[in-house]
Formats: sequence, C-alpha cells, structure tokens
Amino acid sequence: MVAFWILAPIMVACALGILFARKAVHAALLLAVVMISLAVLYAVQSAPFLFVVQIIVYTGAILMLFLFVLMLVGVDASDSVVETIRGQRLMATVVGLLFGLVLVLGVGQVSLGAATGLTSANQAGNVPGLAQLLFSRYIFAFEATSALLITAAIGAMVLAHRERLTPKPTQAAMAVQRLRDYADKGTQLGPLPAPGVFARHNAVDTPALLPDGTPSEISVSRTLTARGNLRTAPASDVDTLTGSMGDGTSYRPVTRSGPRGAIDGPHAPRADTDPDRADRSEPGEGTR
Amino acid sequence: MSGTPFLVLSAILFTIGSVGVLTRRNAIVAFMCVELMLNASNLALVTFSRTNGNLDGQVAAFFVMVVAAAEVVIGLAIIMTIFRTRRSASVDDASLLKY
Repeated sequence: MVAFWILAPIMVACALGILFARKAVHAALLLAVVMISLAVLYAVQSAPFLFVVQIIVYTGAILMLFLFVLMLVGVDASDSVVETIRGQRLMATVVGLLFGLVLVLGVGQVSLGAATGLTSANQAGNVPGLAQLLFSRYIFAFEATSALLITAAIGAMVLAHRERLTPKPTQAAMAVQRLRDYADKGTQLGPLPAPGVFARHNAVDTPALLPDGTPSEISVSRTLTARGNLRTAPASDVDTLTGSMGDGTSYRPVTRSGPRGAIDGPHAPRADTDPDRADRSEPGEGTR
Repeated sequence: MSGTPFLVLSAILFTIGSVGVLTRRNAIVAFMCVELMLNASNLALVTFSRTNGNLDGQVAAFFVMVVAAAEVVIGLAIIMTIFRTRRSASVDDASLLKY
C-alpha cells in the first residue's frame, strides 16, 4: 500500500501534465511515467505477467511508436490554442470534472468487501494460471485477437504505402539534367569549392579564400550562412599569416576587382535560383 | 489492502484522459489520452481480479493491451497519412467531410 500512496500522486500529477503540456513530446514522456507507475501497481497487485507486459509492450513499443511519429510529424508541432467551437474547452473541463466527481463518488461508495487476494489463484504461478485461462476459456477471444493483430499489421502497411507517381530518376537522367541546368541557368557543373582551403582556418564554417583573397560564399553550407555561424576569413588575416611565415612578399595576395566567390563565366554562384537544391546543401554531403 | 483506492485512482486517470481527448487539438496528444483511458481501465480490471481472487480480470486486461496495440498501430498510421496530405496533425484541420 506504501507503493500506491507514493505512486498515486505522481501518476495524477503526470496525467494532469499531459493535459497542460504545450509540446507533444513532453506529453509522451509524462505518459511514460504514468505507464511505468501503472506497471509497478500491477506488480503490487500480484500481477507479475501484466507488470512485464506493461513495461515491454506499452512503455517499450507503443510509446516508442508515439515518439517515432512525433519525430516524423515534427517535434515543434505544438498545439494551437484557437478554439474552433467557442467555449468548448471550458465546457469539456466542466463536464469532465462532473463526470470524474460522479465516478469517484460512485466507485468510492462501492464496498468491495475484503479482498480475496490472488494467493490461491497464483498458486501454480501467475503465468501458468493466465495461460490456463487463455487457452481454455478464452481461446476464441485469443484467436480473434490474433486475427485482429494481423489485420492491424496489414492495415498499417497499406496506410503507410505510397505509390510512386513518377519513375525514379536514373543516374544518366540526372547527369543530363545537370548539364541542361548548366546550359540554361548557369548552375555550377563541377563540385563546389571546399570550405577553408586557402583560408586561415580549415573549418567548415570558414569560407575558402579565392586567389584574389576574397572569401568564396559558395564554399560554405547555406545552412551555416542562414544561421549566421560564418567565421570571417579576411584577406588581411592571410597577410599576417604569410608575414609570420617570413618571406611574405612572394605569398602576398593580389587584390583584384571582379566577381566574388565564383569561377568566372556564365555560371553565377549557386544562388537561390535553384530552390529544389536548397535542402541539399548540408555540410558533409560530399559535393563541397 | 483494500481495492477502493485503486479504483478511485483509476477513475481519476480515466477522467483526465477523457478531458484530454475533448480539449487537446493535436491528434497525437488526443491519442495519448485515449491510451491513458485504456490504462486506467486496465488498472480497474487488475484490481477487480485481486479483490475477486481469480485471474479473469488479468486476462481481460491482457486483451485490452492487445487491442490497444493494434489500435495504436492503425491510429498512428492514419495520423501519418493525414499529416502527409495536409501537413498538419491537428484534429481541426481534418474536417473536409464537413463541407
């Protein structure tokens, strides 16, 4: 009974937390606490098989499934506070409180009598006892659940399946498309310059320096640029470096005016004209 | 060890779950609240099993768990399908049958 009085407030608090959590991930974690506490309560009530099943199936499998779907949908998908039906939230809370009051009062007034306890029923062990019942009296229900599980698995496969509308692009088709982009829009044909090559630092957030000493914008990931995580590598930095190397005159970069960050020619730096490539500019992708 | 506190706790959890289903907009959170209600009923079943001294309640709780597993698989697949077409997991956005 000690376990109950410790766990019951925790469970109620966590269940209320599910109601008020803004983010779905927090709700899932609070639900995990409730489910593990329930498992402990099963163990207290001499149901060791259900204790294990609760932890493995519920907290192990079902909650992980919830978390997977949350990751797919997007962790930041928080609840909207806009009510589509006016006063629905208030009404639901009031009705729910009334329902809970009636339920708690009604259940609390039922006298269950002295608990028989499961010592005699669990005499041959809890799992053999459950198996005895499951495969004798509840055999048809058991077979029906097997059919249900198979149907659910097939249903999930059907729902998750997506038919391909366009044929998968082959490598040859992609090469042809790349050349056509180069001819039409001037997209860079070869690999992009690697970051940090001739720059002061050899890091992904440092743009490469062109031979004239100007930083090349296309050498760093666009994600880093958008986050503002770029480190500047000014030409003077190279000056000091070459100066410290001694014999600075032979390495002195010549500043020249011209297009920055791109190889000369019709191909401008890979800019926002290519929106379907925007999500590919992750660092470490290999083309940089 | 009386069974009444367990039943009261189960009733409270069931109520919280039902209020959550009514108020939350996010389909996944509403689904979690359904799971909470199922778990609360499981607690009541296990308590009844102990007070009556036979294992039938535990078998019933076991079946509830199986059905809950199947339901979660299908429900989450449906939520994913809706999210794929609508880019939203809100239960309010899936109201196209209404108009």
